[in-house]
Amino acid sequence: MIEMREVGFGYHKPDGHRPDGQDAEGRAELLSGMTLTLQPGMFHFLTGPSGSGKTTLLRLCYADLLPTAGQMTAFGQDLRALSRDQISDLRRRVGVVHQEPQFLDHLPLAENVALPLTVAGEEVDMEALRDLLGWVGLSQHARALPPSLSGGERQRAALARAVILSPDLVLADEPTGNLDWDMSMRLMQLLIELNKSGKTVLVATHDLNLIRATKAQVTARVLRISGGNLQLAGADL
Amino acid sequence: MRGLNLMALWRGLAGAEGGKGDRIVPPTGFTAQLTLFSAGAMAFLAVFALALALATGRLADRWSQELAGSVTVRVSAPVAEQEAEVQSALSILQTTPGAGQPRLLPQDELAQLLEPWFGPDMPVDALPVPALIDLPVTGDDFDAEGLRLRLEAEAPGAVLDDHTEWRRPLVSAAQRLRVLGIVSLVLIAAASAAMITLAAKAALAANLQVIRVLRLIGARDLTIATAFVRRFTRRAAVGSVIGTLAGMGGIALLPDASAAGGFLTGLGFQGWDWLMPLTIPLVAAGVGFLATRWAALKMLEAVR
Repeated sequence: MIEMREVGFGYHKPDGHRPDGQDAEGRAELLSGMTLTLQPGMFHFLTGPSGSGKTTLLRLCYADLLPTAGQMTAFGQDLRALSRDQISDLRRRVGVVHQEPQFLDHLPLAENVALPLTVAGEEVDMEALRDLLGWVGLSQHARALPPSLSGGERQRAALARAVILSPDLVLADEPTGNLDWDMSMRLMQLLIELNKSGKTVLVATHDLNLIRATKAQVTARVLRISGGNLQLAGADL
Repeated sequence: MRGLNLMALWRGLAGAEGGKGDRIVPPTGFTAQLTLFSAGAMAFLAVFALALALATGRLADRWSQELAGSVTVRVSAPVAEQEAEVQSALSILQTTPGAGQPRLLPQDELAQLLEPWFGPDMPVDALPVPALIDLPVTGDDFDAEGLRLRLEAEAPGAVLDDHTEWRRPLVSAAQRLRVLGIVSLVLIAAASAAMITLAAKAALAANLQVIRVLRLIGARDLTIATAFVRRFTRRAAVGSVIGTLAGMGGIALLPDASAAGGFLTGLGFQGWDWLMPLTIPLVAAGVGFLATRWAALKMLEAVR
């Protein structure tokens, strides 16, 4: 599914700024020597302190960024060799939920959720769309515009949008960062259900309590980013 | 830039506003009005530039043909010898290849020609006015230079004027006016493209967040670009239809200058020329399509 071999990533810094740890081309290395295989059907957590590179790793997974070192493939394709249309095709197989999801504010929620189908040129099955909105508990908000939704509702709407194309992989970047505990667990419950239906899930979070609570319900692999490297978390998680 | 998609252009013009593809782009009231107005104004100006180009083309052709269609022989001689010189010139002209029947202008026609300078009731026969012979040119084998030499030898008082001297600058001026009309059309098309590109870029920049969301959920560049292209193509087409009709109405209301004299011609369209302005909305739609498509694809390159 997603395979990383000795992957590194560095940002170009503005001229004149040469931080420690820069690579041979003058980039400040954020990630280095990362080797990882996302196993199909598995629930993964990615944890680590703020700024450790969790979001960067997720962005690599849907080709929003390209690795600056090593080799990375998604569904058997080298990420660096993908054309722009192939990146679009990849993103139809990878659903993404951000900490602050963005919507098209001029479209009602139902149309926003169905947007991946619209842009893929596929017909929207209204019955399936209603079911999906019901699954995330947003049936009554189908006609609401996104700015009128609460944080938790936006997260659930983003999850519904992420899974409407039935992707193979669901990525969630700090999806509970702005939510209270009850709403966080409600969202995690949806992700668990997705995983149990066969989807591969990768959730980036720094909330260890959330990881522990989720692991009580599903078998999850916890990866920790520390010092730019990736390792399996210890027994405490 | 990827190739011109005529089907997309047609769908852009013919498709209903607010379709699924269009709805992914938020409505933009101000740029919509601006594009409509600009396309309309440019089409209005294009109609007049087209009319100018066509009219000056006609003018150049007409001057060229009418003045090349006849020559004038002027016979100047002492009064006692003039009649003999005229007869001599007429006999030469009657046997000139490629020429029609020569016609000696009678006194009253001469008086009409002189009237603007001397006023009415001028006793022309009291003046030493040269005789004028009008000779129609009917064939390609007419040799003006040969005739000039023959007249010099056999009727020294007769001088051939084939109008070349003053026809050339007139035709040249008319042709330059035609070129100016065509250059104006090209400039109008280029200015329209620039304005639509600017409006499209403004709309794209204002919707950068929308574009990012669309890319994130798997939209291809062409899908996103087409949503903008459809919108701007339609606005350019609708605006230019209005501008073209207004321009054609303005031309139709112009006074008919051709009635003032066969030599001049009106600015308006004649006959099938009236169909030519109808191509302006098609060109405007094409310009809108290409300009927006270029701007959209260019901007999308910056969004991963």
